[in-house]
Amino acid sequence: MNEDSIAKNSIDLAAARAKLAGAGAPRLWQSLEELSGTKEFVEFRDHEFPPSAGKGNDDINRRDVLKLMAASAAMAGLSACTKLPTEKIVPYVRPPEEILPGRPLFYATSLFQAGVATGVLVESHTGRPTKIEGNPEHPGSLGSSDIFSQASILNFYDPDRSQSVVFDGRVSTWSDFAAEMGNARTRLAPAKGAGMRVLTKTITSPTLGAQIKSLLGQFPEAKWHQYEVCGGDSVREGARLAFGRPVNTVYHLDQADVIVSLDADFLSCGAGHVRYAREFGSRRDLSAGPASKLNRLYVAESMPTSTGAVSDHRLPVRSADIDDLARQLAAAAGVAVPPSANASAKIPAAWVGAVGRDLAAHRGSSIVIAGEHQPPFVHALAHAMNAALGNVGKTVVYTESIEANPVNQLESLRELVNDLNAGQVDFLVILGANPVYDAPADFNFATALQNAKVRVHSGLYNDETAELCHWHAPAAHSLESWSDGRAYDGTAGIVQPLIAPLYDGHSAHEIIALFTGDAAKSGHDLVRGYWQSQRPEKDKAFEALWETSLHDGLIAGTALPAISVAPHADFVALGHTQAVGSDTSPLEVVFRPDPSIGDGEFSNNSWLQELPKPITRLTWDNAAMISPGTAQQLGLTTGDYVTLSLAPAGRNINGGIYIVPGHADNSVTLHLGFGRSRGGSVGTGPGFNSYLLRASSAPWIARGVQVAKTGKKYEFATTQAQYNIDLNGHPVEEESSAAVGQGGEHGRDLVRIATMEEFRKDPSFAKNPEDEKTKDLTIYPGYKYEGYAWGMSIDLNRCVGCNACVIACQSENNIAVVGKDQVARGRAMHWIRIDTYFRGNLDNPEMYYEPLPCMQCENAPCEYVCPVGATTHNAEGLNDMTYNRCVGTRYCSNNCPYKVRRFNFYLYSDYKTPSLYGMRNPNVTVRSRGVMEKCTYCVQRINAAKIRSEEENRLIRDGEIITACQSACPSEAIVFGNINDPNSKVAKLKAQTRDYGLLEDLNTRPRTTYLARVRNPNPEIRD
Amino acid sequence: MASEGSHNTAGVADPDPIIGPGHTFETVTDKISSIVLTRPVTPGWVFGLLIAFGALMLLNLTITLLMIKGVGIWGIRVPTAWGFAIVNFVWWIGIGHAGTLISAILLLLHQKWRTSINRFAEAMTLFAVMCAGMFPLLHMGRPWMFFYLMPYPNPMWMWPQFRSPLVWDVFAVTTYLTVSLLFWFVGLIPDLATLRDRAKNKTAKIIYGMLSMGWRGSAIHWSRYETASLLLAGLATPLVVSVHTVVSFDFTIGIIPGWHTTIFPPYFVAGAIYSGFAMVLTLAIPIRKFYHLEDLVTARHLDIMAKVMLATGLIVAYGYLIEAFLAFYSGDQYEIYMMKNRFHGPYAPLYWMLISCNIIIPQLLWSRKVRRNVGLLFVLSLVVNMGMWLERFVIIVISLSRDFIPSSWGMYYPTRWDWATYIGTFGLFFTLFFLFIRFLPMISIVEVRSLVHETNEEKGHS
Repeated sequence: MNEDSIAKNSIDLAAARAKLAGAGAPRLWQSLEELSGTKEFVEFRDHEFPPSAGKGNDDINRRDVLKLMAASAAMAGLSACTKLPTEKIVPYVRPPEEILPGRPLFYATSLFQAGVATGVLVESHTGRPTKIEGNPEHPGSLGSSDIFSQASILNFYDPDRSQSVVFDGRVSTWSDFAAEMGNARTRLAPAKGAGMRVLTKTITSPTLGAQIKSLLGQFPEAKWHQYEVCGGDSVREGARLAFGRPVNTVYHLDQADVIVSLDADFLSCGAGHVRYAREFGSRRDLSAGPASKLNRLYVAESMPTSTGAVSDHRLPVRSADIDDLARQLAAAAGVAVPPSANASAKIPAAWVGAVGRDLAAHRGSSIVIAGEHQPPFVHALAHAMNAALGNVGKTVVYTESIEANPVNQLESLRELVNDLNAGQVDFLVILGANPVYDAPADFNFATALQNAKVRVHSGLYNDETAELCHWHAPAAHSLESWSDGRAYDGTAGIVQPLIAPLYDGHSAHEIIALFTGDAAKSGHDLVRGYWQSQRPEKDKAFEALWETSLHDGLIAGTALPAISVAPHADFVALGHTQAVGSDTSPLEVVFRPDPSIGDGEFSNNSWLQELPKPITRLTWDNAAMISPGTAQQLGLTTGDYVTLSLAPAGRNINGGIYIVPGHADNSVTLHLGFGRSRGGSVGTGPGFNSYLLRASSAPWIARGVQVAKTGKKYEFATTQAQYNIDLNGHPVEEESSAAVGQGGEHGRDLVRIATMEEFRKDPSFAKNPEDEKTKDLTIYPGYKYEGYAWGMSIDLNRCVGCNACVIACQSENNIAVVGKDQVARGRAMHWIRIDTYFRGNLDNPEMYYEPLPCMQCENAPCEYVCPVGATTHNAEGLNDMTYNRCVGTRYCSNNCPYKVRRFNFYLYSDYKTPSLYGMRNPNVTVRSRGVMEKCTYCVQRINAAKIRSEEENRLIRDGEIITACQSACPSEAIVFGNINDPNSKVAKLKAQTRDYGLLEDLNTRPRTTYLARVRNPNPEIRD
Repeated sequence: MASEGSHNTAGVADPDPIIGPGHTFETVTDKISSIVLTRPVTPGWVFGLLIAFGALMLLNLTITLLMIKGVGIWGIRVPTAWGFAIVNFVWWIGIGHAGTLISAILLLLHQKWRTSINRFAEAMTLFAVMCAGMFPLLHMGRPWMFFYLMPYPNPMWMWPQFRSPLVWDVFAVTTYLTVSLLFWFVGLIPDLATLRDRAKNKTAKIIYGMLSMGWRGSAIHWSRYETASLLLAGLATPLVVSVHTVVSFDFTIGIIPGWHTTIFPPYFVAGAIYSGFAMVLTLAIPIRKFYHLEDLVTARHLDIMAKVMLATGLIVAYGYLIEAFLAFYSGDQYEIYMMKNRFHGPYAPLYWMLISCNIIIPQLLWSRKVRRNVGLLFVLSLVVNMGMWLERFVIIVISLSRDFIPSSWGMYYPTRWDWATYIGTFGLFFTLFFLFIRFLPMISIVEVRSLVHETNEEKGHS
């Protein structure tokens, strides 16, 4: 608004840099716009998020106005209120055993991501699954979970799921479908299945694998293809390159002192990431104080990821240049490898040297991990490095592949497309896959598909592929079917149904059984039968094993044994010529699964769509993410609507530019999973379809992308940058970001940070002596909390920003989704948010996460301003909300210094969709319009535990109450408990010297406190 | 101001009278009552009423939409959970202060010049408080539960939470409304009786008759009337100070930088009087022109009101100064940031507009020429009204939009429904006002007659 300061016409990166450079002390900042304060941002703020932008909830057209005018006449004097449906309830005459209303049962089962099974416990209320937790017994979970498993419950109840068999666009029945498949079987039998093709996603299910193999045994001419976007082709091919066959790699991060990630986001995606986050967190533990031994994480990556954010050293490198970096590192680790053909001078030799020395100093206790989308050669190099560093068998363990049939899926799909185009496919069965949407663009799968004479599709949704198929059968969700699947280490987990299929869904097992002549067998029989045939235990012994396995959710002892493999000596010669496309344009494009919705599998999941993505805090969209440097070079700014084209194929897509601090220069990251044309009521619409640019020749990293402005603007909805207003170029001291700065008289000290070295010198660096002194200066004696006093500790050193807590909270507490428009207007409802701050320069800033639930202040500013006593303090120190009493003055929200209170500005909760009724936690009120809500420390769980303990006449044990966020947290960053008990885990954490409270100078006395972040940088590297 | 009053009685040929020359009891009564009783309905009045009524219907539409959809139709959000509704509430209630000040405090101080403006100033107060009173109700998430804010017997044994200033507000505003209404009505009774006696139309006779409550003008009536007026004036006087003090507590009790400050009560009260007098001028200037009341609402009145504005404006300016000084003097980083954010944050233009409207431009009032220039005075009164509205916007919105944790900062932009609600209350206000000037004597006949009596007597004595 200050005209003088709006000199430049784009985000003034130079100014921003200058400001950062000029700042003596390191400061925290939040977004580029904040630093530069450009006219764009002023416009962005004024026009992109105007209160009435877009199709808002308040967008009224002429007809509405007329209706309202009529209504207003009728309503004068009447008050409106939200109508609740009138429904009759009838109690059980004879209640079924075990089921007590209000007391949930937990069942162990597994959920799949890219084929890999992760064990979960599903909470079931009177027969309805309501919440997903990690399975403590399962090696891939250890009790924690991630956003995808948490959000699966919403997918399960999704009203848009396919609900009936469809034949030729008309509703049909499962029996017709089964009959038709039976006919097909008879028809195909004489030719031994010639012309039959089965396309699945990655399959680790031993039962399904055996079934398909049996099918291929019966129909030797038939072919089985697999295609999964994030199916790990490079991983598989990398192993094949190094070892001659695909093997499975298991990392033991808890034993690694030095970890180098080559563009790998191993903490938030890929096989075993939940387990890896746990192991990583265990090595960021500082309970031993300055004597603790932290691991050190180096990350070289293009797009900032959660893993990069928690690293000690992060190097922004183009994904295409990782190859070069890997070669240099490999050379340092003692692997003979020629330098890259397109060697880039951008890899700082000092960095590589320091990392190489650090690796060499930790032989046997280091790990090099390559990212899934890196070419096979980089994976092979990582294997070679791990071997050369003596890590194999210690921190890196190889097993046989966990897949039923590991193949190069891209080639597998290519073969299918070729067969389709050659007219050799008579009968195509697609199980779960959606290649019309997600196949590489050059396959033209939609066209090729129509060459198949009979096309059969089974999936959770009647999606893009289903639309082009003759038959579509709804698939059963993992929560309503029998199956099994292998975890990241090969452990076989059992998938058992929690509920009868909601719709007429049938699992892949049942569909394959139609062709193998097992049509009469149920999913249960198939899975149980398979394991009965595999296990040495018979009869009663098997019965016992089976029951234990169902109870535990996994078959004990099925983890795959370690195998001994050594890299081929000549793999370098085999693979080093692999180049990543031509380098005609310096700009590369990198395709990655979206951090929130994956490859599109979760695009109809509104929880995940509205989940702010790590670092960018973007919701409901993907974007062309570029670095500040590239933006400066191309004259682009966040919100510019551009056309991206890949020259040789002439494909192009349109999308909005989003500048990400810390992104590698000359690189564009595009997230997959958006822009669906048949993605359901939620999934259809948001973002743009990056698959349209993705070719089979360069499925992950493509060079030569051109960016052209369209002159239009695109509106993004973010939860943090939008909160972040420009600073119009004022001196850095006056910036809002400076206000968050560390230390000093003008620091808000929200995130307290030290290096290991500083921590050793001053273990209480996080304490503010002033706060400590003034804490007890009060005329009135404080309230004495007898009995329980609930508190929470959040370890910023362990948090990996994975968002699992956010979705877990949403699921546990029936939190509503508000939509893009409302997010843009600052009305997102998440009870816990992950604040993200940057420190340092634009190109490679340090990144900090800070999860923020309600602080449950002892002197809560919200309480005394409520005119009706709807928010009150209880004797255990909880700041309770009484929704029924709330009249919605919002005074409490205004007076909350942490702004954790959320208001139902509209009727956000879905009262209309019947299928969602079942999903809700019956112990938590579904909030109506006009009331305030906020984190309760999962008071329903506290009360359940209290009831249990009182029944048993004992005190609540430490760890008996686990809040939803704590339970989901894979790195054990969140700990909840009774702070009155000095032996409780939370009390011990709060006694650590790193413990500090937010805004303690306000004397709010927060019950939620933080453990300050301690970085463990390599003294050799000065960033 | 006491000197103003005495000055009036001093000179023989008062060059600057508070009532035009040549007025007798008869002419006063005729002049004022004819507006109600005999003056035909003018197109101007109908036109004005229609516009006001249109705006009132907009309010009706907005409230209906608000009830159907929720407060989300406004631009409020987290962190700025209060927006136009509370800004307008404080603004309207501030405007409502002038009436009571004029009729109560100035009555007790024997300021004679108040007589010809107190009636419509009181009416203005009443209508402004009505407009103000709607906002706290409308801004609630569940307005149909408003009675939770009242102490009423209920089986839950739940009382309002008395530590909350919003509960104090309920008492303060309802008390103020009640006392203002009573005061206004009591003052109207003799005039209603005059209208009853003069009305030709039977319906009017009956209605005015009922409203005048059997007033016959007996000595006992007059004696009780005087006593009641004085008592009510005594009751209303502390309210002038208390209501806006309580309103300011809505903010001072909060911990938000920019709210949590002890200077608010006096400077809110001064601000209220400031805006109230501005609004009286805004209304008086057109009315005296259209109804040819220049000899009842004289240039002298305008001059005095302008001086009151100047005085209260200076108090307000002092408030701003101290607020800014203390923010820096406190050494509190949040307070300092709040002030800097006002100076050059994203809403800075509004802050500087506020300073111009409330401090800089009104300094023109030092000049007698300006005070006597009716047109300019009218413009100035509008400027001050806008300035006072901006003051509330600055306090409420700027403070909330950037408080403690920067990740939660967010801009508030009013939506069209915010504006519709605001404009709608103007509709309500002016509809009531148009009806008032048509159906009730807008100047107190009784009091002006006694003023005529006094001035004539003074002349006689001299």
